[in-house]
Amino acid sequence: MRVNEEQTTISVALEDLTREVERLHADGYRLVQIGCTDIGGSYEINYSFDKDYRFRNLRLTVGPETEVPSISGTYWGAFVYENEMHDLFGIPVTGINIDFKGTFIRSAEKYPFSVTRRGGDPCRNA
Amino acid sequence: MGLFEMTKTVLRNLAGGPATRRYPAVPARTSPLTRGHVVFNPAACRSCGLCSRRCPCEAIRIEKEAKIWEIDRLRCAACGDCVEGCPFGGLTMEQTYLPPVVEHTVERHTITYVKPEKPAKKPADESAGA
Amino acid sequence: MPERIVVPFGPQHPVLPEPIHLDLVLEDETVVEAVPSIGYIHRGLEQLVQKREFPEYVYVAERICGICSFMHALCYCQGVEHIMGIEVPDRARYLRTIWSECSRLHSHLLWLGLFADAMGFENLFMRSWQLRESVLDVLEDTTGGRVIQGTCKIGGVRRDIEPEKLGEMHRALDSFEEKCRDLTDVFLNDETVKYRLRGLGVVGKDAAYALGAVGPTVRASGVRVDLRETGYAAYGDLDFRPVVETTGDCYARCAVRAGELFTSIDLIRQAIDAMPDGPLDVKVKGMPDGEYFSRVEQPRGEVVHYLRGNGTKHLVRSRIRTPTLANIPMLVKMLPGAQLADVPVVVLSIDPCISCTER
Repeated sequence: MRVNEEQTTISVALEDLTREVERLHADGYRLVQIGCTDIGGSYEINYSFDKDYRFRNLRLTVGPETEVPSISGTYWGAFVYENEMHDLFGIPVTGINIDFKGTFIRSAEKYPFSVTRRGGDPCRNA
Repeated sequence: MGLFEMTKTVLRNLAGGPATRRYPAVPARTSPLTRGHVVFNPAACRSCGLCSRRCPCEAIRIEKEAKIWEIDRLRCAACGDCVEGCPFGGLTMEQTYLPPVVEHTVERHTITYVKPEKPAKKPADESAGA
Repeated sequence: MPERIVVPFGPQHPVLPEPIHLDLVLEDETVVEAVPSIGYIHRGLEQLVQKREFPEYVYVAERICGICSFMHALCYCQGVEHIMGIEVPDRARYLRTIWSECSRLHSHLLWLGLFADAMGFENLFMRSWQLRESVLDVLEDTTGGRVIQGTCKIGGVRRDIEPEKLGEMHRALDSFEEKCRDLTDVFLNDETVKYRLRGLGVVGKDAAYALGAVGPTVRASGVRVDLRETGYAAYGDLDFRPVVETTGDCYARCAVRAGELFTSIDLIRQAIDAMPDGPLDVKVKGMPDGEYFSRVEQPRGEVVHYLRGNGTKHLVRSRIRTPTLANIPMLVKMLPGAQLADVPVVVLSIDPCISCTER
């Protein structure tokens, strides 16, 4: 049995994020992942949703210290991704339902993947 | 549920012996494809450096002028990429695993490949005759 | 007002295959709240993509996890192949399917053994792992490695399975299926096992879907989500049905995985019967430029590899979202109400693979 899988990506602005997410939630989409990439000096955050194998992706581009509102009011399980994003990249996310305040992923260096990390080499290979 | 089910199971287990292999007294089960460790043939290596470039763990180092080929066994993951990549058959994969070591040393080999002498080219007027 | 105490569970615990830390808030013996904490095994594998060229990264992707290793490599290869527009030959797709299903059999048998051990039933643990040895022998004979296969590469597969070996596997599947039936009979019909598992960690259908859980954990609550239905690799040509249960407790999760054993055996039989001839791989030319979300059904659920390239040998970003990370919110919702002695069983019922979560 084969179901066609389509992937669509739309860019969204910071103010419209909560509204778009609520619209997808009312439509019956489930949250797949929230991922962060650093391009140049800013972060690109991808919010991925899926329903019946139809894949929708919301893309948000923010600078290093911009505060991002949490979507855990709509999707309860989003706290895992948002805490991880905060602990690894240093993006301040406001209003997470279970906020670990930096202790979710305990690492030797604070915000190891952020664009402003010290040293130039992304991975110190011994 | 029949009678004496447990007794039958116990007797079957007693008669059968242990279900595991007594490794290392008995050698481990291997198949012809098992990736154990990489073996280097110094006489076939032409120092092209393909194995060193393909290694995903950066375990192989070559010094062309000093004719040294070294492998760091503790970095090698036995993936077999170098064996596939060597165009001259200088590397093979053996099936046995290497025993554990207590100190970290790097294995060095001296490359002994000698380029075969090409027969000396005769000047044209000598070979053109008859 | 009963007193509340906090008991740390993990990171070292005999029942956990990998380290995860949970702070359990208890009132007498009942768990009231659970607070997870991860980060014990973070190796920074996503950053390694900037150091390893994209064909070499397959080896890193394989070693993210030992239990679901082939499917990580498959997901990565599919992602890069989609970005570069490479079409994999048919024989390679069927071989990948066979190895994926062997991986799934091996993973579910491992999980059944660990689950029996968590309940205290050690003999059943030994029997499950003894059965798992025959799957590992097949994997070793066909790929060279018991746990890390090393056969998937961008453009196809590195190794072939000869027709004699395929015939041998097909014949061995009958007796293997017989032994699986005996084993799952104990898991599903034994009185003590049922007494331990029924009614434990119940999550309803809507709650499970809203929490974003994936895999057998969510299929046990009645939600029918199985990525093999999208038809990647050779699944589009094979006929199968996802296993779905409705009760949503630990017994249902065990039943889903036991049922998937038989689906896998059936899929391997179908793939061997329909195996086409042809080349094993295609030559890879050029560099990846673009992005793609590649999704595959691992034994634990849906894994997403987000890959992005910009035309150079090194990919810019690889983001891996593993199924256990999506199941952690469901674990946090499942634990309140359980007794302290049942916590290992509940934690293990989502099949935690923390080395994947913490790449």
